[in-house]
Amino acid sequence: MTQASTPTGLGDTPALMRLHNLTVSYRGHPAVHHLSGAFASGRMTAVVGPNGAGKSTLLAALGGSLRSFEGRIEQPALLRRAYLPQVSTMDRAFPMRVHELVAMGLWSRIGSFGGLRREDRSAVSDALAAVGLTGFEKRWMGELSAGQAQRVLFARVLLQDAELILLDEPFNAIDSRTTADLLALLHRWQREQRTVIAVLHDLEQVREHFEEALLLAREEVAWGPTADVLRAENLFKARQMAQAWDDQAPICKVAA
Amino acid sequence: MTGWVEPFTEFAFMRRALVATLALAVGCAPIGCVLVLRRMSLVGDAMAHAVLPGAAAGFLLAGMSLPAMSAGGFVAALAVALAAGFVTRSTPQGEDASFAAFYLIALALGVLLVSLRGSQVDLMHMLFGSVLAVDDAALLQIAAVASLTLWALAGMYRPLVLESADPGFLRSVGGPGATAHVLLLVLLVANLVSAFQALGTLMAVGLMMLPAAAARFWVASLPAMAACAVLIAAASGVAGLLLSYHAELPSGPCIVLVCGGFYVASVLLGSREGIVTRRVLARTHLTR
Repeated sequence: MTQASTPTGLGDTPALMRLHNLTVSYRGHPAVHHLSGAFASGRMTAVVGPNGAGKSTLLAALGGSLRSFEGRIEQPALLRRAYLPQVSTMDRAFPMRVHELVAMGLWSRIGSFGGLRREDRSAVSDALAAVGLTGFEKRWMGELSAGQAQRVLFARVLLQDAELILLDEPFNAIDSRTTADLLALLHRWQREQRTVIAVLHDLEQVREHFEEALLLAREEVAWGPTADVLRAENLFKARQMAQAWDDQAPICKVAA
Repeated sequence: MTGWVEPFTEFAFMRRALVATLALAVGCAPIGCVLVLRRMSLVGDAMAHAVLPGAAAGFLLAGMSLPAMSAGGFVAALAVALAAGFVTRSTPQGEDASFAAFYLIALALGVLLVSLRGSQVDLMHMLFGSVLAVDDAALLQIAAVASLTLWALAGMYRPLVLESADPGFLRSVGGPGATAHVLLLVLLVANLVSAFQALGTLMAVGLMMLPAAAARFWVASLPAMAACAVLIAAASGVAGLLLSYHAELPSGPCIVLVCGGFYVASVLLGSREGIVTRRVLARTHLTR
């Protein structure tokens, strides 16, 4: 893909990903409706909005785990991405040690059969240290608390060395100290020129840490610099958007 | 002491039965461990039932011929697995419901087919097998499947573990999750079919699931669990054969009952979370 020209609203930053009229529906009802815009490269964008606003659906589409949608997602052909869904598919009762799970972040290099080199092992330990879990290598995943398990998943994302990092409500059920540690990790990723897109509910957190925000209520309410997006009138508008499905609703005629 | 060794030195059919059971233990028990950890224990049972219509079709075409019945059983069980897998993936219905639906259809079809020509005795033989009648061809088949199972499990170990522990992640990094899943089902069916003549399809599941479920109470990791399950299955095989010889009882149920004894003992006394063990340990704890 050729580098996209700078769109308005992104300043001098080129876009990593562009959405063209993206609509994702469940049984005919749109969860994300005619969304167009661009995610700036190397920036941190927060996706906010009420429950049922389509935030998780949008992230699943961006993460590639949801493939049936209308419209288009324009992105580099070989984008390395890491996606941490809200409800992880992980079965923590399955016997896997912490270091084994974290090492799977190296999948793009080791695949099904590749071995771990000595520097890989120390990279695993470094990643665990970065999330405050030094010495947890040999513990079983099933022995960890929910917060510790979330830290392990962040450590795995660290090793994935992704250009785009998608986090869906990553700080749910996480204590404030862990949240602060993980937010520091987000800023480190930003310094490393990685693009972070996170679904969040804590607006104070968003104002403090995220430069860009997308306020979503199935449709875009506002998208741009956080201070502009999180204005009272926008938040009020987002809350007004109907949440209920209507099976008698007419077919949408907006040009795709 | 002679009662332990003599049956095997004295009779060729007992030696054959011993080798067959040991080989079955090596192949079946590790598969059982993966199924137990993936909460697919009942899928093993469903697949065992699904072997029946294919074996019956082979029986109708060729009579009591091992290759014909094995091939039929393999195809039928695999068809059930693929059909159930297809419904699970393409509809919101869960794996348990789709497997139950297809194996029930297969079972009814199988019983009907057997009743078309066979007698009650044939049906009993198919369901419960007879390890004392294992011939060279069956022995070769059992040994080949057991070897293949170990190689395949070793080869696909990483994707299989990750597909079991975190399927969403494996999909997101483009790993061969579906391949690992299908290969597991193929190995499961191959092992059930290979155990077909020795133990019958229903008893074969016993040798697969009971040692695996028991091993969970002794060790934590998957490799250790597989090794432990193989040991339990092999010990049950030897003990079950001796029991069957001395008490003049059918061998298949004897072997599976000894497995069951190991399971109950493990539930009570297992070093990890055994009921009695936990009671005892509950009185003490470490400082940190």
